[in-house]
Amino acid sequence: MSDSTVGQTKQFGKGQRLVPAQKAQKWYPVDDESQPKKVRKTLRPAKLRESLKPGTILILLAGRFRGKRVVLLKHLDQGVLLVTGPFKINGVPLRRVNSRYVIATSTSVDISAVDSQTLEKVSAKDYFTKDKASQKKSEEAFFQQGEKPQKKVVASARASDQKAVDQSILASVKKENYLGSYLASSFSLRNGDKPHEMKW
Amino acid sequence: MADIDVKVAQWKLVEVGRVVLIRRGPYIGKLAAIVEIVDHRRVLIDGPSTEQNKIVPRHVLPLAHATLTPFVIPQLPRSAGTGPVRKLWQKNEIDGKWAKSNYAQKTERTERRKNLNDFERFKVMRLRKQARFEVQKSQAKLRAAAPKS
Repeated sequence: MSDSTVGQTKQFGKGQRLVPAQKAQKWYPVDDESQPKKVRKTLRPAKLRESLKPGTILILLAGRFRGKRVVLLKHLDQGVLLVTGPFKINGVPLRRVNSRYVIATSTSVDISAVDSQTLEKVSAKDYFTKDKASQKKSEEAFFQQGEKPQKKVVASARASDQKAVDQSILASVKKENYLGSYLASSFSLRNGDKPHEMKW
Repeated sequence: MADIDVKVAQWKLVEVGRVVLIRRGPYIGKLAAIVEIVDHRRVLIDGPSTEQNKIVPRHVLPLAHATLTPFVIPQLPRSAGTGPVRKLWQKNEIDGKWAKSNYAQKTERTERRKNLNDFERFKVMRLRKQARFEVQKSQAKLRAAAPKS
């Protein structure tokens, strides 16, 4: 028996007694130990606006692609929206977007023919996470001036996913007049535009 | 002696039978005919249009809240009831004439433009661009053909 935590029985003269490994504290603590508060909050799935239906054309309001009109693909369970340009039309790739920084228009595109397998793959939890850099930037590299930085290479798997998703969207965009050039154009406010009074 | 041509002024007068456009209050934007002149700043009006949403009930309206239209219902008797006014209104096709007028068409267009969605606004922009291009093309052709001064 390895009762190092309990202690060991020791012989004292005639009798024997259990000597605890750890001595009991001499004093009680003055204050009672405070109970941590119970958290009553729960994690609930994000509830999005009614107007954000898959297939709707959105106007992005923030970030690198602000002003671009894009197609909404899906609500991710991470509480964000999955959108695509399509990439060929306006250069916006498959991308996650916060629904707060988005205007939903009343126009929509048919996305029922989108390849559901790739969509499933793209909406997986760690699809968009970055790979760790294989070459660590050293201090020497920082001081080596004049050398061109390596160009960022897009993973070919990403590119093929993009193509697979966009293919059917491009076909349905082509069906309606002006829709392609609408997606290609970006939104901005002009003189006299009142965004709170405009219909989208 | 010089010929003096005396003409009746072509003013729009506040008169019984004059159709007015209401510019303020609950009946804003609707048409009604003057039935009786109350005093120098108020008139009794009645707008018995056939369409339900264009009807203006008989009431007194300050003239400051009205704009006179070029249309008059001729020979409308003074303080005629709603029935006879409606009959004459239909006979003179006031609603139809109004819909054809410049003002009505313009207001209808602004209203429609206001209610366009984002994609429709974009299409309007593109079509206007195309129209402008055609106009400029034909103008350039005329300019090229004109003799140089």
